Amino acid sequence: MNTEKNIKTLIVKKPLKLDCGNTIKDFPIAYETYGSLNSKKDNAILVFHALTGDQFVTGINPVTKKEGWWSYAVGPDKAIDTNKYFVICSNVIGGCMGSYGPSHKDTDQKIFGTNFPVITINDMVNAQYNLLDHFGIDKLFSITGGSMGGMQVLQFISNFPDKSKTVIPIATTSSHSAQNIAFNELGRQAITADTNWKDGNYTSNETNPGKGLAVARMAAHITYLSKKGLQEKFGRKLQEREDFKFGFDADFQIESYLRYQGSVFVDRFDANSYLYITRAMDYFDLAKQFKGNLSEAFINTKAKFFIISFTSDWLYPTQENKDIVIALNSIGADVGFVEIKSDKGHDSFLLDVPDFLNALKNFLDKSYEEN
Amino acid sequence: MKNEFQVIADLIEKDKKVLDVGCADGTLMKFLKDNKNINIRGLEISKEKVQECIAKGLTVIEGNAEKDLKQFPDKSFDYVVLSQTLQAFLNPELVLDELLRVGKKAIVTIPNFGYWKVRFHLLFKGTMPITKTLPDEWYNTPNIHMCTIKDFFHFVKSKDIKIFKSLALNNLNTTIINESNLGVKNLFANLGIFLIEK
Repeated sequence: MNTEKNIKTLIVKKPLKLDCGNTIKDFPIAYETYGSLNSKKDNAILVFHALTGDQFVTGINPVTKKEGWWSYAVGPDKAIDTNKYFVICSNVIGGCMGSYGPSHKDTDQKIFGTNFPVITINDMVNAQYNLLDHFGIDKLFSITGGSMGGMQVLQFISNFPDKSKTVIPIATTSSHSAQNIAFNELGRQAITADTNWKDGNYTSNETNPGKGLAVARMAAHITYLSKKGLQEKFGRKLQEREDFKFGFDADFQIESYLRYQGSVFVDRFDANSYLYITRAMDYFDLAKQFKGNLSEAFINTKAKFFIISFTSDWLYPTQENKDIVIALNSIGADVGFVEIKSDKGHDSFLLDVPDFLNALKNFLDKSYEEN
Repeated sequence: MKNEFQVIADLIEKDKKVLDVGCADGTLMKFLKDNKNINIRGLEISKEKVQECIAKGLTVIEGNAEKDLKQFPDKSFDYVVLSQTLQAFLNPELVLDELLRVGKKAIVTIPNFGYWKVRFHLLFKGTMPITKTLPDEWYNTPNIHMCTIKDFFHFVKSKDIKIFKSLALNNLNTTIINESNLGVKNLFANLGIFLIEK
């Protein structure tokens, strides 16, 4: 799954000490870029992907042959205009689209599986920081991402306070809540309960824990939508039938939809990566890194923040986004905030939500003009 | 830009840090940013207005002054501006206290319910006054705590708030309000502008 063509890879020679205590070196970071870096190198935007995303932000993903995960927001003349900006995105470590992860082989040529070190959001951004050196970028114009991407945005600016002019965390949190952890644990349990998982030592695609991973994806997918959105799209509509079949086939459209979402996910995602990445999200608590004071995480940065939440997002609700705004205001940071009205739940940031895309575009373009 | 904003802008020196509470579409913010090099922030409750501010490149926080001012540290702004909104709050006293905590100084403007046209409207028509500064009907007005220039003057004095400058606006005329002309200004101004500090 990692050696597909069309994957650009940076081998990071410098040793990276992980939060778990292990040190990794000579490891690959798979990345993609869009647009071009200008001569002043002041137009770069580092995009961080969410749990199941990858480096293929927009256009056709060469591996899955599907549209990139942020095609609505990134591209020529779009909110993140690639005619103007140089967009970089890399697969997180622990992932399965070419960056160092559990499906890679150890020095004995044995697939890591669960012998891969547990990684954190902090480890992810420290690894990705190497891309700045690779491109010779002293300071990014912006960093942005939604959900787990937003967590990486917050961690990145905390670790590297003078490395980005603007900072746009979207639909995110500074600390994973009990509810967030609970849903992730549900997904992990579904994977590990699949007899094909074999303590993470599955090897071929035929015997991978696809059923467990599909259930994990189905459960998670529900958390990305809103009750209203689901009701409007599916209601109690039946799937290609006039009446109930009085069995356990997918009678309802929503059942069929979730099963489909589960099955296509299995084709592109590694079950062990799902375990590792959800773990990294659960461990994320930025305030805890600063003795409980979130403001301290941002005390050294002069960056301009713009925080965006969505009304129907119950996974990373407005209040959790506002807590970041409050922490920033309490130290007099330059922070703007908007809550976008949308029925599309947490997934709003990935979808065609014009108010969101306009706000993002206006913030970026106006900030760039002031450069 | 309306005359009120010009008067407010004239009260603020260059290069200061200013919070505009209820900044609406950001007209005043933009003027202060462009003409006086003000480090400007806005707080606005309307999602549509917030979008307009973002489109102007202004830093604005969507929020409610009655709940969201508390996140700003003491005296973190040189000036806090509140334009024609005090009367719309559930608890104007609390908001005023917060403005003066967050700002070293505050500029508060109020539509004057003591203006002669308002008085005449109620006296002769016998219905709730509707004027240029008070355009809404009684049943849909956001203004739930109307006051006169005289009321506000006495109110801030009773709270030991220092008044640096109080100005009466009648269309394009701006005059200074003091203890001795308070009665007259209260009759002929449709807007009061107060520069205060605690």
